[in-house]
Amino acid sequence: MSVKLTNLGRLALATTAIAALPMMASADTLRLLTWGGYAPEEVIAKFEAETGHTVEVTTSNNEEMIAKLRATNGGGFDLAQPSQDRITSAQEEFGIYKPIDMSKVDAAQFIPSMLTATAGNSSFEGEVYGLPHVWGTSGLVVNTAMAGNVQDYTDLCDASVAGKVSYRLKRPTLIGFAFSMGMDPFAAYGDSAAYQGVLDQVEAKLTECKPNVKTYWGGGDEIKNLLRSGEVVASMAWDTGGWQLNADNPDITFVAPKAGALGWIDTFVLPARGRADDAAYDWINFVMKPEIAAMITNTAGNFTAAVDGDAGVNADLKARYQGSFDQQAIDNIKWYPPVPAGLEAMEGATLDRINAAN
Amino acid sequence: MKSDASRLGFYLLFAPILLWLVVLIILPHIGLFIVSISEKVGPRQYETGFGNYAAFFGEPLYWRTFARTAIMSIAATALTLVLGFPIAYYIAKLTRGRTKTTLFLMCMIPFWVSELVRTFGWMILLRETGVFSNALQSLGLVSGPVEMLYNDAAIMVGLVYTSILFMVVPLVTTLDSLDDSLIEAGYDLGGSSTSIMREIVIPHAMPGIVSGCIVVFMLSLGNYLTPILLGGKDSLWFTGMIYTQFITRFNWELGSAFGFLLLGLSSLVVFLGLKLSGQTLSQTMGRS
Repeated sequence: MSVKLTNLGRLALATTAIAALPMMASADTLRLLTWGGYAPEEVIAKFEAETGHTVEVTTSNNEEMIAKLRATNGGGFDLAQPSQDRITSAQEEFGIYKPIDMSKVDAAQFIPSMLTATAGNSSFEGEVYGLPHVWGTSGLVVNTAMAGNVQDYTDLCDASVAGKVSYRLKRPTLIGFAFSMGMDPFAAYGDSAAYQGVLDQVEAKLTECKPNVKTYWGGGDEIKNLLRSGEVVASMAWDTGGWQLNADNPDITFVAPKAGALGWIDTFVLPARGRADDAAYDWINFVMKPEIAAMITNTAGNFTAAVDGDAGVNADLKARYQGSFDQQAIDNIKWYPPVPAGLEAMEGATLDRINAAN
Repeated sequence: MKSDASRLGFYLLFAPILLWLVVLIILPHIGLFIVSISEKVGPRQYETGFGNYAAFFGEPLYWRTFARTAIMSIAATALTLVLGFPIAYYIAKLTRGRTKTTLFLMCMIPFWVSELVRTFGWMILLRETGVFSNALQSLGLVSGPVEMLYNDAAIMVGLVYTSILFMVVPLVTTLDSLDDSLIEAGYDLGGSSTSIMREIVIPHAMPGIVSGCIVVFMLSLGNYLTPILLGGKDSLWFTGMIYTQFITRFNWELGSAFGFLLLGLSSLVVFLGLKLSGQTLSQTMGRS
């Protein structure tokens, strides 16, 4: 059937389409920019059935999230999940987020202390930009049978594990080594001269440590492979990586370093030019329900900021968590404060020099 | 009327390539250049200047990596030529019919899977618990596991393997077009194998050699995956640095400047290569 549309007909069609829009607004497409494991298939299916929204997931990491949003001035996604320490500087430099409307969030579902802490850390010019979601730590993942003496970041430079060590050449390594060397890099965040002093000492240490390193790992799968095959026996990595390996090989596990594990909180933020804010709030309120939060913990391996979110978590994961963290280790977690703008450039220069050193 | 119609045809055919050039190549490069000449002075404040280029020349790490990448790419190209030429010669001159097709196909089959998969294949072969290490141990040639990954040699192997097809194909095409009777005539006139190779085969294959070299050099210089995955803690590659500047340092300005310098370098090397071999771009690209 071929129908020639007259101008009038076209107009009528357009009007109908526009009239239909408000009805469709309740069922949006949520473009979610997140980490692997934070949006499991089953959770998406439940959410879509319950709300009628559809979810498109893009998995990424902190740096790529910021880079992607910067490229579009905060467009292309409706909800993103960077870590809380990377919100204010990115907002200050690039203006890629919009403030959270707390009236649309079911705040009672969040653990109050975490909600307040994240609000404090993600405030910029009086507005709150982040809500806490998943938290975890990075520290040491060690094959205890072969490198039981590795208890702290600087132990990775010990001669007993020479050639069988791996860590990332990224900022957590700098921070971890600084703490292990008795300094407090977070206290020096605000004073660039003092921070440069910290970085210089860490640079000397990491350069000296370089012969011990087999390779600098880049992705989570790479380090898990290296540990599983026994090519690497001690490394700096995330807690979940250690716990996953522990399931396959009881010798390998996550060790909270003496100087303190480094704590991060991944958040919810709204990109500045996101189009489906309602769907984003729906998603936030949905995944913070205790039973959904437990499902996410079971796939991602990390605990959430949801009240009672740990109730439905499987017992193995809880046991591994308790094995790595006693109360003292939990109290000793060093939570990342917001990174001031411009700090990354100083760290970058340090990392470059370490990479180039022989 | 007729000339109008043919002109319309010309424009219609010309439009896609023009669009391609303008939208996908010229415009992004203009954008990149503008970013590369803006210097950051504070949050959301930028000034125009060549500070990013100055930063490149001021920091030895940057230009050393730049030089290292160029030298290793040239070495990889030379190695690919040395390995690819006998293969191409064998396929083009010493085989016929079905064998020829089969051999040619066998060169191509590995390229049906993605570069990432091929690189992972090399990682499985070369790693400490990998195939080569285990084979050497079971043969009793070495006493403990050997690590062959994470060094410059591994990068070289990866680069040559990744790009050898792009050397073999143009070489086979040009060598195919060489009339066998010319080689026979060379022998009749008392030439040795070496002199025939030097005086007849290589000069004839020159356009293929040069175009193969250009493609392989470009692929190696711009390769990101292979050096990152196979390289070790000292193995810096310039594309990796561009990625770092853009993604982990949020420093698009310096990253863009690096991108332009890489473009300049590759153009310069190709220009010098053409000058040295006495070829022109139209000759090499036109014939193969």
